[in-house]
This record gives sequence, structure tokens and C-alpha cells, in this order.
Amino acid sequence: MSQATLKARRPARGRPAARKRARRIGLNGLGLLVFVLAVFPVFWMASTAFKPNSEIFSTTPKPLPAHPTLAHFDFVLNGGIAQVSFWTYFRNSLVLALITVVVSSLLALLAATAVARFRFRFRTTFLIMLLVVQMVPLESLVIPLFLDLKRLDMLNTLPGLAVVYIGFAVPFAIWMLRGFVAAVPKELEEAAAIDGAGPVRTFFTVMLPLVAPGLVATSIFSFITAWNEFIFAFTFLDDQDKYTLPIMLQFFFGRSSTAWGPIMAASTLLTIPVIAFFLLVQRRMVSGLTAGAVKG
Amino acid sequence: MLDTAPAVRRPPGRRPSGRGRPRRRPRIGPYLLIAPTVVVIAVLMFWPMIQIAIMSFQKVGNRQLRGEPAESVGTENFDTILKDPLFWAAFRHTVLFAVVAVTLTMLIGTLVGLLLNKLGKRMSSFVSGGVMVAWATPPVTAAIIFSWLFGSTGGLVNWFLDKLPDALVGGGWNDYNWFSTPLSTYTVLTVCVVWQACPFVAVSVLAGLKSVPRELYEAARVDGSGPWRTFWSLTYPMLKPIFLVVLVMSIIWDFKVFTQLFIMSGMANRDAFNLSLYGYSEAFGALNPKLGMGSAIAAVLTLILLVVTALYVRVMVRQGETR
Repeated sequence: MSQATLKARRPARGRPAARKRARRIGLNGLGLLVFVLAVFPVFWMASTAFKPNSEIFSTTPKPLPAHPTLAHFDFVLNGGIAQVSFWTYFRNSLVLALITVVVSSLLALLAATAVARFRFRFRTTFLIMLLVVQMVPLESLVIPLFLDLKRLDMLNTLPGLAVVYIGFAVPFAIWMLRGFVAAVPKELEEAAAIDGAGPVRTFFTVMLPLVAPGLVATSIFSFITAWNEFIFAFTFLDDQDKYTLPIMLQFFFGRSSTAWGPIMAASTLLTIPVIAFFLLVQRRMVSGLTAGAVKG
Repeated sequence: MLDTAPAVRRPPGRRPSGRGRPRRRPRIGPYLLIAPTVVVIAVLMFWPMIQIAIMSFQKVGNRQLRGEPAESVGTENFDTILKDPLFWAAFRHTVLFAVVAVTLTMLIGTLVGLLLNKLGKRMSSFVSGGVMVAWATPPVTAAIIFSWLFGSTGGLVNWFLDKLPDALVGGGWNDYNWFSTPLSTYTVLTVCVVWQACPFVAVSVLAGLKSVPRELYEAARVDGSGPWRTFWSLTYPMLKPIFLVVLVMSIIWDFKVFTQLFIMSGMANRDAFNLSLYGYSEAFGALNPKLGMGSAIAAVLTLILLVVTALYVRVMVRQGETR
């Protein structure tokens, strides 16, 4: 848009070009400041992880390691933490997250189809239930769930924990997925039916490929829920070789709270996959959380 | 199953075939589809909530953990916690922290959202990508990073405060222990939680701003409205539904904050408890677990949050989210 058209549109307040440029620079400066403040703690974590101890505890901290070292990562990865290999914790976290993802996506897909495709009694009740459940303070459920799992002899097992995570991940997954299911044109399913495809075949050949992107987004969300979870894993798991990564990190931090190099290296290893996943699905995440509120 | 039911939002009269309205007969399909979810939620959420209510009137300790039946104690648990000064300290910490953290989160988040909207396209996605990093960081890691930043040996914040002129911030920062008093502990906790929660507000506000028609802003400008007035008489009313949802979610998240405080301050530091941590430590902390007492505290916290949740559900129903 040229200056002339701008002037024509609002003749009373034509702004000199210099002032406009100053404003632009100011805004971009603010933007950079926000970026730095948001990223700095994570940057500091990674930077500390690569610094030798002499630099970590130096009286004049430097933003980047002058002599980067992999010693802390080596310590974390090769059994320096609590006798059990880092990869055991990693495997536990991964297994838990994958079970959570698979089961909760399946449940969510079924329920989202019901909600987006059918009108039925208690549909609104069901939706309200999903909203309420997302707001329940999960921290307070830890006491009764601990006793229930104890009765079932499932304390200190990964499947017991996975069941709990599935319960936490499903409500939001349905909420997110129903928009994707509703967006699949009804006509496609009707066409498939006319061509003689049964409901099951229609589901696999028409529905599933079209909601796949939504399914990926919800899966990543469920993955992060399970990967980051702390209080239930901390309460339910007793044996060190069953710990997940966050519990391992807390355990290590509690024991040697000033070994900042290895602690930051372990934190980095825990954090990087989540950030990578998160950046992949950020937009859908937001639209899932505030779904529709945008409509105004 | 999928192919015969009337689609949602399709008026019944508009079916393509000439058969007119489909016959209304009870369908079992949708109920089968939601059944697994309903079972999961009932078993993992509603039943435990009922158990909390029951256990808050019971004594559940070591003997019950060995399999003996729980004894009913009437309102004794509630009487005890309401007389416990620790409960009231925890209650005060919970409320004050929520008020301060929610206010800061909303304020900073909204400002960042407005800024993201004003930036050019590339700059905006660059900055929001950075902001996302804060949101994505796992709570455990965030708490540990901030413990390190505010650490007394080698901590960056103390180093920085020490470099600043003494007249401005006072001296003796070099080995100041941020986790020695509740006030300073909660200061660090606030910084950590606000840092993580702002991105959600900012990105939600940005999404809302994108949906406001540009013409409205041009009209406001033509009418000579300044930025302050434009915000309160145009942006705010348009984004009110988003603000409400985001506000309610922030209140709930900040009321029940557990992981970060647990990592930073721990169960030994009873002076700095909030309600979540107090309930947890009563239930699991000591050699003599008092799960009934923990349940009573959890029940208080849940009741407070249910009020907020009711507000949230009302907003969502009004916005047609459950249609």
C-alpha cells in the first residue's frame, strides 16, 4: 500500500514515513525482547549442559560455553545416575507414552465420531461431562487412585500408570478430534455407501485417511501429557528401574542438587523431544483448547 | 452405521433422498461409540471423586493400607484441618499465588498477543515460535531450570542483582537463598509459572484478534479512537469469550499448581505449602500416612475449583460449544 493511498484514506492523520519506520523498528525490537525472554531459560539449560564445571560455577557467567564439553551428557547417558541406565528410564517413558497415545486415540476417534456425526440423547450431557472432567484437579485424584491400584495389585507397574494416563488424555483428545471428524464431508460417506461399501469399509477407506492429520495432532498431545506427567508416576512407582524420565530427573535433583551440569544435560534430553513435537502441532493445540471461542 | 444417521447440523428436512424425514427409531450406534470413553471416565475420574468425598469422613491410615476396613470419624478430619494453622497458611498461599499469577499471566499474555498481531508476518511467527518453547517445556524441567537460575551458588539472577547498583536493589545478593522464605519461594514460583502460562494466553488472544474484521479497526481509526480506547471499546468486547475461557483455565491451573512447587520447595518445607502440596504430604509424606485427612484437603480444593468449573461450563454452553 503506497503512502498516497494511505493519505487518501485518512487524510487527517497522514503519518510521516520516518515516524512509521521508527514505530516498525520499535515493534520489532519489542518482539525480539519477548523472544529472548521466552527462550532464555531453555537456552540457559542447554548452554549449562555443555559447560565444564569450572565455567558453570564461574563468578562471571558467559552465555555460551567457552570450552564446550559432552562430559555431562556422557555421565547421564552412561549410567552415572542412580545405577540404572538412562535408556531404561527413556524406554519406560516411551512405552507409557505410546500405550497412552494408541489407546486414547482409538477411544477418542470412536467418541468423536459419535459426537460429530450423530444426534442422540445425552449428547450434550456427554459434551458437558468432557468439559467438567478437563477441569478436575487431577492432583487430588492421586489418593483414591493410589488405593484403587493397590487393591488391584497394579501399583508400581507401567500398565497401571498407563490406564490412568489414558483417562487423562481422552477427554481433551475427543474435544480436539470432533472438529476434524465434523469437517469430513458427509457426502463422501454417502457416496461410498452408494458404491456398496459397508460401514466398516467406509470408515477405513474414507473417514480414517481424512481425519489422519487430526489424529496426528491429538496423538502428539496425548504423548506430551504422558511424557511430562509427574505426580502420579512419582506416587505409584517404587522401583528405580520403573521410573520415568521426569521421576529420574527429580530423584537425581533431590540427591545432588548442585550437580548442575548433569542435571541440565538430563533436563535437555527430557525436553528436546517435547519441544520438537510441540512446535509441530502448535496451531492445532491452540484451536483445540479455545475451540470455537474465536467465533465470538 | 455411519452412512444412515442424519448428520449433525443438517436440518431434518434436507436429506437428499426423496424419502422425507428419516424414521426416528432409537439407535444404539452412538452409545456404543461413546461407551468405552464413558466407562474410562467414570472409573478413573467420577468414582475417585466419590471416593474422596467418602474418605474425607474416614480414617484411612497404615492399618487400612494393610487391608482393614476404614473407620468412619464423622467430620473429625475437617475439624482438624480447619483448626490447623498450616491449613490456613496453605490456603492463603494458594489464593494469593493464584491472584498474582493469574493477573500477571493475563496482563503479559494479552500484551504479547497484541504485539504478535502488530508484527509483520515473518517476525510474528518467529516470535510466537519462541514463545511456544516456554509453553512446551515440561513442568519438571521448568522448575529445575528456575531453581538453577535462582540458585545461591552460580545462579544467574543473584549474579545479576549483585552487579546492579546497591542503591537500586540493595546489596548482599551473592549467596541469597531464594528458597528460604515462603515469600521468596513463591516469587520464583510465580516467575516460573507465568513464564510457562503466558504463551497460551498470548496465542489465544492472537487467534482471537485474527478473527476481528479489519474494517472495524479502520472505522475506529477514522472516528479518531486512540489505541487505549480502541482496545477497551472494540478489542475487549470482541475477545471477551476468549478472555473468559483463558481466565478460567488459568485460575484452575494456578490454583492446583503442584509439580513446580514440589520440585522447588519440597515436602520438608512445610512453611511454603499450598493446598495441593499440604494434602499430598498429609496423605503420603510421613511414616504415618493420613489418607483420610489428605482426602479432606483435596475435597476442599476440588469444591473451590468446581465453582470455577461451573462458570467455565456456563461460558462454553452459552458460546454454543456443546452443540
